Amino acid sequence: MATLNLLVAACLGYVAFLFAVAFAADRAAARGKGGWLRSPLVYTLSLSIYCTGWTFYGAVGYAARSGLEYVTIYLGPSLVMLGWWWLLRKLVRIGRAQRATSIADLISSRYGKSNLLAIIVTVMAVVGVTPYIALQLQSVTLSISAFAPPQDPNALALDREYSGLWVATGLALFAILFGTRNLNANERHHGVVLAIAVEAVVKLIALLAVGVFVVWGVADGMGEMLARVDASALGEWQMDRSRWATLTVLSAAAFVCLPRMFQVLVVENDDERHLQTAAWAFPIYLMLMSLFVVPIAVIGLDLLPAGSNPDLFVLTVPLAEGQGGLALLSFLGGFSSATSMVIVATLALSTMVSNHIVMPIWFSQRGAGASVSGDVRNVVILARRLSICGILALGYAYYLFSGGSSALAAIGLISFAGVAQFLPALLGGIFWRGATRTGAVAGLCVGFAMWFYTMLMPSFGPGAVLSNQVFEQGLLGLNWTRPHALFGIEGLDPMVHAVFWSLSLNTAFFCLISLVSFPNPLERLQGAQFVNVFAHSANPQSWTGTVAQSEDLLIMAQRLVGSAEARAFFHAESVRQGLPEHLPEPSPDFLQRLERELAGSVGAATAHAMVGQIVGGARVSVHDLMAVADESAQMMEYSSQLEAKSSELSRTARQLREANKKLTQLSVQKDAFLSQISHELRTPMTSIRAFSEILRDTEAIGAEEKIKYATVIHGEAIRLTRLLDDLLDLSVLEHGQVSLNIKQGSLADTLDQAIAAALAGEETSLTIKLPQANADIQLKTDLDRLCQVFINLIANAQKYCDAKQPQLTISVRLEPGFVDIDFVDNGSGIPTDAQALIFEKFSRVSDQKVKGAGLGLAICRQIMNRLNGDISYMANLEGAGFRVRLPQTVALAAQ
Amino acid sequence: MAEEEKALERGAPTRPIFLEPQSYRRRRLIDAARVLPVLGVILWMIPLLWPTGNSTSAQPVAMSSAILYIFLVWLGMILVAICIWLKTRSNSSENSNDLAQNGPDGLD
Repeated sequence: MATLNLLVAACLGYVAFLFAVAFAADRAAARGKGGWLRSPLVYTLSLSIYCTGWTFYGAVGYAARSGLEYVTIYLGPSLVMLGWWWLLRKLVRIGRAQRATSIADLISSRYGKSNLLAIIVTVMAVVGVTPYIALQLQSVTLSISAFAPPQDPNALALDREYSGLWVATGLALFAILFGTRNLNANERHHGVVLAIAVEAVVKLIALLAVGVFVVWGVADGMGEMLARVDASALGEWQMDRSRWATLTVLSAAAFVCLPRMFQVLVVENDDERHLQTAAWAFPIYLMLMSLFVVPIAVIGLDLLPAGSNPDLFVLTVPLAEGQGGLALLSFLGGFSSATSMVIVATLALSTMVSNHIVMPIWFSQRGAGASVSGDVRNVVILARRLSICGILALGYAYYLFSGGSSALAAIGLISFAGVAQFLPALLGGIFWRGATRTGAVAGLCVGFAMWFYTMLMPSFGPGAVLSNQVFEQGLLGLNWTRPHALFGIEGLDPMVHAVFWSLSLNTAFFCLISLVSFPNPLERLQGAQFVNVFAHSANPQSWTGTVAQSEDLLIMAQRLVGSAEARAFFHAESVRQGLPEHLPEPSPDFLQRLERELAGSVGAATAHAMVGQIVGGARVSVHDLMAVADESAQMMEYSSQLEAKSSELSRTARQLREANKKLTQLSVQKDAFLSQISHELRTPMTSIRAFSEILRDTEAIGAEEKIKYATVIHGEAIRLTRLLDDLLDLSVLEHGQVSLNIKQGSLADTLDQAIAAALAGEETSLTIKLPQANADIQLKTDLDRLCQVFINLIANAQKYCDAKQPQLTISVRLEPGFVDIDFVDNGSGIPTDAQALIFEKFSRVSDQKVKGAGLGLAICRQIMNRLNGDISYMANLEGAGFRVRLPQTVALAAQ
Repeated sequence: MAEEEKALERGAPTRPIFLEPQSYRRRRLIDAARVLPVLGVILWMIPLLWPTGNSTSAQPVAMSSAILYIFLVWLGMILVAICIWLKTRSNSSENSNDLAQNGPDGLD
């Protein structure tokens, strides 16, 4: 197997060469010398990943089987490129303005940045591209086997499963090394793009070399070649008209929708003007790639024995002619086609998988999210590497299941139809503002399901996944569900049938559901941005910003993390940069830190989008973004204002209710007062009048009796005077007209004075216990008034204490902040229901026993209020207890 | 925003109604660029009209003629596209972004 070793060596050498190219390109880009890397030529050549192993090997096989139909696969993309003004111009502008990282990102971003949609598109893309990857595996495996001489029994050792696994592993390793070398996931892959451009040249030269050899080496020039074409089995025009039209449309759709094409067309686009060049340069490339396909097929059919695989004519024709070197070049060309496709396809898909599936899950698992940002990049890279392995594993599985024997073109078309399902959502999103997320989800799901049922499942052959019965009688015996004759329409080519039904139902559901559903505000905003992208965006700026953008960033950051925090962060950054102002330069370093900071509050994806909007995005979109933020801020402010107002209103209402209650109480009190006072005045007046009448009218009245009656009148008059004095006193106190006579004296003296005054001239059994502790406290207050309070309390005890041995204990306690003087007797106390009333005017606990106006305690309370103190009834005691409380400021500690 | 909309409703009176010859030429080139893919679709769908080997009435088209037709259309379209590209480049060399950025919306 020297040939096999040679092939492996050639492959390894070629890969090493590509690595050198990519490495040099990355180095040049890092040094800022990579201007030529962003040339229109490199862009055009990078588009050539459209031409994969399918084109290199499959096109000739396709031509050998179905004539000129193969060319439709290149006519569609040519039309799309030539019509760049219609679609690609807008797509590229939107992709750059929105900083789309993949087709899933673009679609989800159009429909309100819906992650659900991103996941759907990602899954569909992975499933849709799987047959395509399998196609590459099959083409490389086939090409290796072509070098094993047919009569060599060792050829059997190269069985397809074993070699397929090796090829898959090698491609995975290659893609990982190439696509995920850069830790920074967001930068453009200059190295990869240049390597792909080199591969594009290699495969073009290889195919052209084989073609030139066939036309001028095997045949004798163009004229003879055309004659041989006409003479061959392909000589008559054979075509299925429906396939011709469908394939042209399908290839045009796939050219836009394939994840890897989106990657090179939009994501890796450095300058929109490159598109204008590629608009004519890429059709040239496609034309050259398909130019010699029919001649090679015709010569292959002529030269090689019947039954040899036409997919391998590109290799087997030079081998049959003894051109080993040409065959090796051709092999490298095919290898290039397969590897470049696998690298970019897995790169695009792994980006989608990691961005839309792995990272959201990872962030929700980690909770705190971007605060551990150092790890995130490693996670991204790891997720991408694992995705690449997973995607290739899927491709290998498909390769095994499908049997590895079908025509390359047939496999490729399955992929094309799968990814073409994105087209309605994509076009609708770009050109129709009324397209909604619900519509897009419905269309995609329906289209994908149709494709899955009518194309992917049947591709494994009858009896593999779908049973023969399903093919002949439909699902559950429903005749109209036959996968190749939906709704009973028979006779269509299966491919045309599947493409027609999946795309038309997809579009129908998309439009219908869009018409009846209503988009959310973000969808509408994004819809306007996408559809009117040329009105809204200037030429997108690079990541380096101006200080004016720092201001925008600050405003945005304030909205997200709060004003103080944002200012502090920006100030710290400008200090770090050594700038005197509060606004730092928006260096990439700073932007990264800011993004991380913002991610803490809004999540990484959003933070990236928001920073990107300001630094890299268009001006209007920033304004729109701010308008949205403003609107919600205003609404929040308004609602909080409403809340404040409503709580203020309820507070006022409560106060009003209390005031009303008080007024009612006061009115009741006033009435009670009036009736009380009239009663109090009337009683003595009645007796005065009665006795004075007796004195006046009675003739025979003794001197003794006269004295007695006069004494009664006198006593009642005194009682009236006292009552009026009390009333006057209370009125003066209540209206605050009293002037305090502030003096300094000791509390003990005041108490002694009060006791003496209270007990003077009364026959009483009351004993007063006055402990001497703390009694030497000096007071600075109106001592006469205080004394009046004490006298009142002692007099009350004297009057009301119902114990056999009445006893009053006066205790003085010094508390922090005030002085308490307690008057506690050993009587039965005041009933609980009366306790609340004792400080009111004219309230008396018991009328029958002792006469009193009921003003004493009311006066006491007024006095204590004037003295900034307090008097309260001490509940829960054996007897009646009153506590007089004086503030500390009144009491001067005895030094 | 509202003012812009009003201006649009009034037919954007701030813009000139007629363009300078150079700008006019550029607009027509853009029109050509737009029409080109439509022409391509029509020309490449012509083979749908050709008789095939299955038809009994007419002689099927020879494969060599079919190849020549398809590839000549291809070549012709590429040449036209190159011409348009060269013209727009020389016409708007000073503000070459203009073509890519601003459509000829509502202007002639």
